[in-house]
Amino acid sequence: MKINAASMKMWSRIGSRATFGLAALEIAKEHENLMVMTADTSTSAGLDRYRKTYPEKFLDVGIAEQNMMGIAAGFASEGLDVFTATFGPFQTMRCCEQIKVNLGYMGHKVCMVGLASGIVLGTLGYSHCCIEDVSVMRSIPGITVISPADSGETVKATLAALKHPESIYIRLTGGMGNPIVYKDDYEFEIGKAIELREGNDVTLIAAGTMVYESLEAAKLLEEENISASVVNMHTIKPIDVEAIERACRNTKCIVTVEEHNVVGGLGSAVAEYKATIPGAPPQMLLGLPDKFGKSGEYRDLLEQYELTAPQIAKRVLGRLKELT
Amino acid sequence: MGNREEMIARIEAMAGRMRRNVLDMALAAGASSSHFGGGLSIIEITATLFGEVMNYDRDKPEWSERDRFILSKGHGCVGYYTALLEAGFITKEDLLTFEKTGSDLIGHPVMNRAKAIEFSNGSLGMGLSLGIGVALAAKRRKSDHKVYVVMGDGECNEGSVWEAAMAAPNFKLDNVVAILDRNKFQQTGSNMEIMSVGDLADKWRSFGWKVVEVDGHDVGELYDAFTNEGVSEQPLAIVAHTIKGKGFSFSENNNDWHHHVLSKTQYDAALEELNNSLAG
Repeated sequence: MKINAASMKMWSRIGSRATFGLAALEIAKEHENLMVMTADTSTSAGLDRYRKTYPEKFLDVGIAEQNMMGIAAGFASEGLDVFTATFGPFQTMRCCEQIKVNLGYMGHKVCMVGLASGIVLGTLGYSHCCIEDVSVMRSIPGITVISPADSGETVKATLAALKHPESIYIRLTGGMGNPIVYKDDYEFEIGKAIELREGNDVTLIAAGTMVYESLEAAKLLEEENISASVVNMHTIKPIDVEAIERACRNTKCIVTVEEHNVVGGLGSAVAEYKATIPGAPPQMLLGLPDKFGKSGEYRDLLEQYELTAPQIAKRVLGRLKELT
Repeated sequence: MGNREEMIARIEAMAGRMRRNVLDMALAAGASSSHFGGGLSIIEITATLFGEVMNYDRDKPEWSERDRFILSKGHGCVGYYTALLEAGFITKEDLLTFEKTGSDLIGHPVMNRAKAIEFSNGSLGMGLSLGIGVALAAKRRKSDHKVYVVMGDGECNEGSVWEAAMAAPNFKLDNVVAILDRNKFQQTGSNMEIMSVGDLADKWRSFGWKVVEVDGHDVGELYDAFTNEGVSEQPLAIVAHTIKGKGFSFSENNNDWHHHVLSKTQYDAALEELNNSLAG
């Protein structure tokens, strides 16, 4: 797939979900062993064209995620390269034990794609929001967890997942008109964080939609004479420990930013490693509070939870003042 | 292969040896206990499959055209491992490591293709979905091997069973055979007491399966059910009426033996009963 300014712009417009569908379409062209599965979610996953073009490489199991993960493992055990795609809560929690036993315990490799995770579906309520998936998935041995920063990175992650040796959960956040983090092609490697901006006061470690917000926050902090590094921690498991060590060496405060419950997600993953570093700087965990609140429009919810760039900048500034 | 009577006698003798080995395993397991009752109810099923019906190559356990066996009711593993011994995939020494630290033969099957254990099982309600994936993959590569999935009637309490039961006929999987071990008990009581599964044959038929009911301890009936010409584009469910703890008077239909320690005194009595029945 051509990754350039034009394609990045187009993918951003259609959002991560539809971009995943395009990536699958591209992979299927040359990949005989591909099998893409959905649970009555082919349209939601941007797979309408795929379904019509490659019916022999597609299976819809109906609204039955537990069965989907079992069948996926059966396919994988027979040598097929399998993707499954449905909404975040149904892709991770409805079939959690199937993932544990079939993918984790037995090691059958399946690439799972959690659609519209986070709070982008706020108007549909917390049944459809997903603020727990990273926490749940990363507690299962043998599952890699990725949260792409934008639509372009969704393509990168999808292609990388295919070559990855173990099962992987790709968490898609944001809606259509996903802000663009990467305007041009770049090097993407699972497990290797990307420092998007250097800084020596504070490091913002973010994943998913929060990468863009953190970059914008860093610009605002610069106006306040705060030099903020921004790290795209696209792989949450295995976490890039070298990136955490660098952040601890170079800056006085670590801020993790995620569209996920502050319990068990990116912030926790960073804290788990950081706790082993003697004299490591303090950490501020920004994310969604550990409670189900009122639902609503995506941007309203982000504001409510103070996860927009200006709010992030303000909160970081406040914390830095406390620390000095 | 000889005539039908000889085949049946051969499988029945195999089932007898398997029951003796179940006793040895249960004794070897000692205080860690074994799922005795639900293992004994499937002995004739696994004996008929591994002794006659299934295609496999003991020298090439991962032969791509082998028939696949999935013990969805993984706790019934003593009825599986003893069949693997008969088939030549494991040794008696392997069998006696049952439930010991580091053993390949644990209280629920752990995937080990070299020893013909296709998948890890134990969490109920998952095996048929795996089987559907394997069967679809076989269709896709135009392989005509079959997939045999042994499930429990108690297992049918699990909702995921019915997701899979709905899917297999939709996908026209005439290469899938589900065997329902209808021993009428589950962990803490009878199906009727805990959660009645009702008429399983009716249920599976209404989901689109061809259903055959047999005496699950009658090798001839099992053999006929496995080998009679199936229906094109329709999966087969065999409701096998069985006795939990089959073979020993103290354990038959006695749910205390769902998971129980076998003492040396009980072992000796059971062995004597088995020898008498085989001699008779």
